[in-house]
Amino acid sequence: MNEAANPQKEYTPGTHPDLPAPFATRGPVAWMRDNLFSSPLNIILTVVVAWLLYSIIPPIVNWVFIESVWTADSRVECWAQMKEAEGAACWAFINSRLNLFIYGFYPEAERWRVNVSFILLVMFLIPILWDKAPYRKYWLMYCVAFPFIAAWLLVGGFGLTKVPTDEIGGITLTLIIGVTGIFFSLPIGVALALGRISNMPAVSMLCVVFIEFIRGVPLIALLFVASTMLNYFLPPGTSFDLLMRVLIMVMLFSAAYIAEVVRGGLQAVPRGQHEAADAMGLTYWQSSRLIVLPQALKISIPGIVNTFIGLFKDTTLVLIIGMLDPLGIGRAALSDASWSGLAREVYLFIAIFFFLCCFGMSRYSLYLEKKLHTGH
Amino acid sequence: MSSTEQSSQAAKSSDPVIVIKNMHKWYGEFHVLKNVNLEVQRGERIVICGPSGSGKSTLIRCINRLEVHQQGHISVDGTELTGDLKNIEKIRSEVGMVFQHFNLFPHLTVMENLTLGPIWVRKTPKAEAEETAMEYLKRVKIPEQAEKFPGQLSGGQQQRVAIARSLCMNPGIMLFDEPTSALDPEMIKEVLDVMIELAESGMTMLCVTHEMGFATAVAHRVIFMDFGEIIEENEPHEFFNNPQNDRTKLFLSQIL
Repeated sequence: MNEAANPQKEYTPGTHPDLPAPFATRGPVAWMRDNLFSSPLNIILTVVVAWLLYSIIPPIVNWVFIESVWTADSRVECWAQMKEAEGAACWAFINSRLNLFIYGFYPEAERWRVNVSFILLVMFLIPILWDKAPYRKYWLMYCVAFPFIAAWLLVGGFGLTKVPTDEIGGITLTLIIGVTGIFFSLPIGVALALGRISNMPAVSMLCVVFIEFIRGVPLIALLFVASTMLNYFLPPGTSFDLLMRVLIMVMLFSAAYIAEVVRGGLQAVPRGQHEAADAMGLTYWQSSRLIVLPQALKISIPGIVNTFIGLFKDTTLVLIIGMLDPLGIGRAALSDASWSGLAREVYLFIAIFFFLCCFGMSRYSLYLEKKLHTGH
Repeated sequence: MSSTEQSSQAAKSSDPVIVIKNMHKWYGEFHVLKNVNLEVQRGERIVICGPSGSGKSTLIRCINRLEVHQQGHISVDGTELTGDLKNIEKIRSEVGMVFQHFNLFPHLTVMENLTLGPIWVRKTPKAEAEETAMEYLKRVKIPEQAEKFPGQLSGGQQQRVAIARSLCMNPGIMLFDEPTSALDPEMIKEVLDVMIELAESGMTMLCVTHEMGFATAVAHRVIFMDFGEIIEENEPHEFFNNPQNDRTKLFLSQIL
């Protein structure tokens, strides 16, 4: 204590202890001084922002939570419950359409299949996101099988009643497109990236043409191709499910982006790493799998997650080719005469859903980067 | 020094393990290696020196085909180096290499760095590979760092791990490409000590270095290269005290 209070004290050389930093440079006081009140301009900005927050947050909280109405049968009933009509959110509308937002027009008797798929999805995510899960090896085998199990459950056949895919909608549809796209685009993208930098000219050429073609065309155009033109290229008589076509297009689209992100990561792995792996006698595939890709993918995490988030949000584009994702359901619900005019609630609800998913992905990627950092 | 003399006896008997004949290499238009001829006996230790850009690193990198030569022949342990991938992988697994910048795998622990080659190339069971790895870590005097990542070690420690990593493959030949050039002065000695110990065990070594003390202590032959050619070669004492060629004299006067 005494020493800390008196840093001027004399010590014989070599015996100087580590003293705590002065009080004004640590703790919340120092933080506020550094970040909120470090200069006159900063002080003004702090005050202005504090005033803005004070004037914005209470009305929002009021609109969303305090005065909002959660149960009612129509907007008129909703407004009747408020202090002033239209003065707060009418969540009763979302509440009454919740099943529609989640399942789309999936037959009511079969909705348990969607629920089971959702539980399976959570079980699929656990071993992927949590690398210390017990028996992870077996879980991962299940993970590879999951997309096919889920596809069987959702679409039916082999003992289950078939559900036409155009009845799948809402959040279910978003998750199907998002998860399938993410699951398959990563391996395809990595293969394309390796192909593009390959020494074999034919392979590299093929990958370049594919990547540049897909990247050069808007996703929406590819979706139109999927919905209208793809049947012309297929042998006559074969019909190819629209959802399937959309899935393939979304997958290829994000695979092309992933490929470029991963290629950036591959180029950032120092030459010395390739040489050390080669000098050891590892084969090309061993050195790619054990040395180069783990490092390249780690570097590419921010870009990969960025692409995934983009893909997840782009799933809303299927609205344009007539599929009923949450936005499509929202628009359909708004055309109901007893609820019309509640667009704010609908779009806010959808925005919150997408935000939670995307923000979750973004936080997870930060956690992963931190975990994989080994001090180099 | 008796063990050194013994292996020097071994080196004199004719059992060439590396044979390089009339070898040329170009980088694009640039002629880096010009008509290189070199025979290395089993158990022989050679130090290669020369000014920067003289082709000395390129020469030893040709021996495990990190660089491809365009003319002439290189054979290692009786196997001719050609484009044949199987031969290249076989030779690489018999020839250890230590790099200037260590090139440890940063995403793997020290132990994983050491066992990777034995497990994947030699198909050694993991437990056995780890046991061997631990022995070599003890030999380079850092067994306590086994579970750390390379980024947490000092340069000298990293280079010793890199040497141990090569030794885990149980190579017949070791190539050193300026192993101490990227190290702080106080760390050079710990790496050289490990290399001297290795030399005394009778390992065939080719070492690109400017550590003349090391050359005098362990080398059977010193080779001087300039402009892609072997200018002069001699046993260390003669080489340093009585250089023949003017370029060698100039080079030695600059570094000594």
